Amino acid sequence: MNRPLAPVEKSPRLGPGLLAVREPLPKRASFVAGILAFAIPFALWCVISYVPFVWHPLVLVHDPGDTSVRGTYSYLAQGQLVEREVFAARNEELRRAGKKLATGERSNPIYLQAPHAVGRAMVTAFTTPPPRDGDMWLHQSLWKSCQVIFWGFLCAAMLGVPLGILCGTFSLFSRLVEPFVDFVRYMPAPVFGALAVTILGLADEPKIAIIFVGTFFQMVLVVANTTRSVDPALLHAAQTLGTSRSGLIRHVVIPSALPALYRDMRILIGWAWTYLVVAELIGEKSGISAFIYQEQRYRHFDNVYAAIAVIGLVGFGVDQLLALLGRYLFPWESGNTGLVRLARGARRLIPESSRLLARIAPIAKART
Amino acid sequence: MNDLLTLPSYLDHPPEIAERITELRARPSVMCVDGLTREFRGSGAAPTVALSNVSFEVRQREFISVIGPSGCGKSTLIRILAGLDYPTGGEARLDGRAIRGPGADRGMVFQGYTLFPWLSVLGNVMFGLKMKGMTGRQAQRVARDWLERVSLGKFAEHYPSQLSGGMKQRVAIARALANEPRILLMDEPFGALDAQTRSAMQAHLLEICARVDVTVLFITHDLDEAVYLSDRIVVLGAHPGRVVEIIDVPVTRPRGPQQFLSGHFLATKKRLEELIHRPHGDGPAGDGEIAAA
Repeated sequence: MNRPLAPVEKSPRLGPGLLAVREPLPKRASFVAGILAFAIPFALWCVISYVPFVWHPLVLVHDPGDTSVRGTYSYLAQGQLVEREVFAARNEELRRAGKKLATGERSNPIYLQAPHAVGRAMVTAFTTPPPRDGDMWLHQSLWKSCQVIFWGFLCAAMLGVPLGILCGTFSLFSRLVEPFVDFVRYMPAPVFGALAVTILGLADEPKIAIIFVGTFFQMVLVVANTTRSVDPALLHAAQTLGTSRSGLIRHVVIPSALPALYRDMRILIGWAWTYLVVAELIGEKSGISAFIYQEQRYRHFDNVYAAIAVIGLVGFGVDQLLALLGRYLFPWESGNTGLVRLARGARRLIPESSRLLARIAPIAKART
Repeated sequence: MNDLLTLPSYLDHPPEIAERITELRARPSVMCVDGLTREFRGSGAAPTVALSNVSFEVRQREFISVIGPSGCGKSTLIRILAGLDYPTGGEARLDGRAIRGPGADRGMVFQGYTLFPWLSVLGNVMFGLKMKGMTGRQAQRVARDWLERVSLGKFAEHYPSQLSGGMKQRVAIARALANEPRILLMDEPFGALDAQTRSAMQAHLLEICARVDVTVLFITHDLDEAVYLSDRIVVLGAHPGRVVEIIDVPVTRPRGPQQFLSGHFLATKKRLEELIHRPHGDGPAGDGEIAAA
């Protein structure tokens, strides 16, 4: 019976496959899909921009032909963007007159910039000085925006998180605070723009105020709900271990809700970016929105896209960074104990107070 | 009911058991449940009576189980004793003082897993000690000691999410006992575990109780578990929850799995089965037995 074994037929795939209902994707597929998430929209953009017969409703005139021929469409000039029908009609006029035809290439409207133009703009926007003296460089605008977001969001979080935790913990606060907050929440933050400018002036304060109004009221409700979802069994367990009422908040409610609160904050920072664009256009225009506004007036749409993409990149980058930090901050959810081990190691480096005292005590004794 | 096997009466105590019962009765009382009644007022006119005039006493270092069909108010009872719920009539006293709210003098192990997920195993066991105001080093020493006793010393730095169900409950027991409570309340602590882990946990608990000075009130719906672990069993009836009988378990200690088939074990279990599956309302009321207990 030394016959070689027949080659094992490749069994049908045992894994969950790509379309398994509510199952995690295989690791490789997950990685590829993550890249495709960006690659597909980018590819679509490239196709529309670079493949001449896809869309391209206009013609960029390279040479208007013989301009001496009079006609309805004789206004064609070099560098002009005209509709395809107009271009064809002009060439018809020229052909009838027997003169030199106009030449040009199919093109997209100015508001659809090709990837390379936006890419170039993204570099040049950071490297070329603003067209007018006193205008800001893109990086200055961006830094300004980040500051406004930071202060607006910080103020909202300093007040909103504690208030939300109180509401989520005590029904009394919930009834006292939440109905009114719910009411204000439906007022769009920008409607407070005029008020904010009147009260706080033209500089950064009203902008910070708009971001505060936009995020604070949402934050109170979101934080309250997250706090309410803390498992009551944990509270009961802590109580049977002798935890006082104030201790419950400090030692159970807050640590238990912390990872979820952190995720809430990440989502709410996104809200802050949304309100930023409105906030920066009230009073004295500033920041990245002012940059976009200005470039749009110059019809530099490549710069407009560059600035919009930069906002996306900054927001996405900050969120990914916070997500990464979260994995270290909450090792009991992620299993990533790097930071904990680091802290434990650091604690070992510091001499313990008792050891320190033992060292100091003889010296002190000698002195007296 | 049982033709094949002649069982001794569950009331027929071997001499060593009779001796132990007398000795137990002489011990000081730790917890006294006195005419406890709990009614829930719903939207309807008639309130639901979860517990009606429940009385029994728990003595020093006794292991007492409360057993009964679902709806007999077992959980309500233990929640009241823990101070997480309140009675609408009667009261429960710990060392003569009426129970008003939760406290560290009554440790509790819950059916669900209630370890704090953000603390390490060691941190969980230290939790109550720190609440008592013990310093970090001292608490750590006591906690490590307790982890050794539940044979989880090696897992001190793990997070609860990294443990199996049985291990989690062992940590929960260590956490409750580290506080040195007057009484350990256990609310179906092994109910969520698989059969094998459960029997290992029962053996483990017996071992702990043999070594540590602890009084236990144990809620379960598992008859074997109740007989295997307890000195006495309080049988509750349902609708309303009331004491049907209190049984002295006539099984000698130390207990082991071999006793599952002993005559006294089976007789007790048979009696429990009769009590629990008896249509409610008939048979002797619990009051007589309470007096006897």
